[in-house]
Amino acid sequence: MSSTFEALVEIIADTSDIPAEEITPDKNAFTDLGIDSLDFLDIAFAIDKHFGIKIPIEAWTEEMNDGKASVDDYFLLSRLSERIDELVAAKNS
Amino acid sequence: MRLAYFQMIDTISKLDCENGSVEAIANVPTESTIFEGHFPGMPLLPGVLLIETMAQTSGYLLLASRKFEAMPFLASVKNAKLRTFVEPDTKLSVTATLEHSGSGFDVTTAEIKFDGKRICNAQLTFRVMPFPEERLRQEMLTRFSEIHPTGLPS
Repeated sequence: MSSTFEALVEIIADTSDIPAEEITPDKNAFTDLGIDSLDFLDIAFAIDKHFGIKIPIEAWTEEMNDGKASVDDYFLLSRLSERIDELVAAKNS
Repeated sequence: MRLAYFQMIDTISKLDCENGSVEAIANVPTESTIFEGHFPGMPLLPGVLLIETMAQTSGYLLLASRKFEAMPFLASVKNAKLRTFVEPDTKLSVTATLEHSGSGFDVTTAEIKFDGKRICNAQLTFRVMPFPEERLRQEMLTRFSEIHPTGLPS
């Protein structure tokens, strides 16, 4: 597992009641882990602070609502981890 | 405070959108029907109204910081501590600081003091959304102008 994914697991486990061993790359944060949008605000806050980024939740939501992206595109945990890496790389470039 | 109208803040005494901080005054009224029930013979401002006071103070900071283009709605209250009873006819000093501005949400920390002593504090999370109606935006602008002596932020 990447260090980003490990940090993501720690954040989700700390901000929810989900055991770390259940938080695996093939899980979708919403549909598999049962995280709701309010819980995800806490997770987004922790991710933003940990990585020094701003997860574009509004833009992602708009894309999903417009049918341009699926929930898995952003919230499958392996994908979310990749998105975080992309945002960190963009911030540092 | 105009408790019947849920208007908790009387004056915004200091507003610094650039650094994300606000200070406000909230005067607890001498009389209110709320005190008849909370509690008979021992009138106290309910703790939920202290939290609402911190939320409204934070809310004005967030509104002003976003130039009244979006409305913050209280979404969660964390680590709320209600340390002291608040009686009628008390002048409360409220401060709020922007902890984080995310995508569609903001997080603040806020506290209320009386006579320099901390009464309560909490971390507050707000969903920030477009105004559902222009009327609400106008009402918020009007209320802000009433309680902020120097008017709207530039």
